[in-house]
Amino acid sequence: MTRSARRTGGYRPTLRIAGAGAAALLALTACSDSDSGSDSGKDDESASGELSGEVTVFAAASLTESFEKLGAQFEKDHPGTKVTFSFGGSDALAASITGGAPADVFASASPTTMEIVTDADAAAGTPETFVRNQLEIATLPGNPDGIASLKDLTDSGLKVVLCDGTVPCGSAAQKALDASALKLTPVSYEEDVKSALNKVVLKEADAAVVYKTDVQAAGDTVEGVDFPESADAINDYPITLLKEAPNAAAAEAFVELVQSAEGQKVLTGAGFLKP
Amino acid sequence: MTLPSAADKGEAADTLAGGPAPLRRRGVRSRPRSRSRPPGRGGAPLPLLVPALLGLAFLVLPLLALLLRAPWSSMPELLTSTEVWQALRLSLVCATAATALSLVIGVPLAWLLARVEFPGRGLVRALVTLPLVLPPVVGGVALLMALGRNGVVGRWLDDWFGVTLPFTTAGVVVAEAFVAMPFLVIAVEGTLRAADPRYEEAATTLGASRFTAFRRVTLPLVAPGIAAGAVLAWARALGEFGATITFAGNFPGRTQTMPLSVYLALQSDPEAAIALSLVLLAVSVAVLAGLRDRWMTSA
Repeated sequence: MTRSARRTGGYRPTLRIAGAGAAALLALTACSDSDSGSDSGKDDESASGELSGEVTVFAAASLTESFEKLGAQFEKDHPGTKVTFSFGGSDALAASITGGAPADVFASASPTTMEIVTDADAAAGTPETFVRNQLEIATLPGNPDGIASLKDLTDSGLKVVLCDGTVPCGSAAQKALDASALKLTPVSYEEDVKSALNKVVLKEADAAVVYKTDVQAAGDTVEGVDFPESADAINDYPITLLKEAPNAAAAEAFVELVQSAEGQKVLTGAGFLKP
Repeated sequence: MTLPSAADKGEAADTLAGGPAPLRRRGVRSRPRSRSRPPGRGGAPLPLLVPALLGLAFLVLPLLALLLRAPWSSMPELLTSTEVWQALRLSLVCATAATALSLVIGVPLAWLLARVEFPGRGLVRALVTLPLVLPPVVGGVALLMALGRNGVVGRWLDDWFGVTLPFTTAGVVVAEAFVAMPFLVIAVEGTLRAADPRYEEAATTLGASRFTAFRRVTLPLVAPGIAAGAVLAWARALGEFGATITFAGNFPGRTQTMPLSVYLALQSDPEAAIALSLVLLAVSVAVLAGLRDRWMTSA
């Protein structure tokens, strides 16, 4: 009696989970099939000169808005191409590239994270700095806590969010804090700049140290406060074509677009500094 | 790698060695042998055996890879850092607290679902199991909307009691319980449905109140199911990542559990991430193996 009870208790959910797992597996294989079909480089090589196929760009989370704009521009300039982005913490992206992710281009938010890729001999050629980015404090709209400087963030009553030291925005923030000999205990070290910013957008945190570009992209949901120490922690953004790029020709064209006057206009418009 | 040792235990497990590719060839060879086995033991039909072993390999190989790639020489150094112990301790404490919370509110919920007829019960049951299939990150966002400082309920918690859950250890427990409790509820509800309600009825006819009957008759009757559910919930809570990092953030010693620590380590120091993963794997295997034998299979 208890035995049968146990059986229903223990196994029914197991079965359900197994079913869900099988479904997920099927979906997964379906996805990877279609992926390998569309981004294989063969098509574009045969159609010499004409760019086509999918370009996969791994880019720092802080590049989201401007790169999406550039991606749309690229697709318009080269009909038949499709630019797919993977935005995230630069380190996570670098780790997946060295782990064999099928990417064509990598744009990172710091030279250190780019080194992970070049050290693994995964980059084709030398990465080039295409923009620079400066930190800014993001506060709640209207700046209700009257934050005016980096030092104000050390008030114990404030909930401040920083990026984790493993991602560029975190190491840059730490550099700025060190330069001004400030000690700041945040409530959380977030995994990338967007999640740090979003804690303020959602009003869960009072302030976050993020990039100027992210504050600008967030519009009215946050207010930016400049601080002089940010000059000590300006991040260079390198971009490179990857050695194992499945679609090298189109990828190269995308890197060119990013570095072109047109691309630079989009990027500076988003708040990035020229290299 | 370690699979040959499994061959001693299970029949035809030798077909597993070497993974999926040689599997089919050897599977064919093993057929005549299995025929000579006593009926009922061997003779698993090939169309079942091959996918079954593929399934086993699929689930076990990644874990073996973790063992193979582990930086054994630098392990002691990686694992003795205070941050690792901090994260592991926090993981264990939070998973246990989340399980306790799930027991307190999950068992009564399971009882309600199993024993009380009410309109919309099917819908309630579906809602209860929703966190099982919901991406944990979505769970984290939902929790922020509900219990965050600016959330539907969290706003009042903050105004009236000065309590905010995000960025706190309590927030980790809430996030883990949200994701893990359905496992407990499902397990206990299933056990309750299988348990004969006549024992409770007998108890009430003999003068016990319904609550006394629940406490003195039902609860002991379904104890194994509760234990099994609690183990599942605990294990799920231990591995929780998405809802935790979304709802509770990441701060060493306060909200940084092992899965978060693994994820962040992977970004800067993959070797450390592998070492941390192994610790979590070892703890999970030890608990599941130890407790499963005791409570989840017939004694």
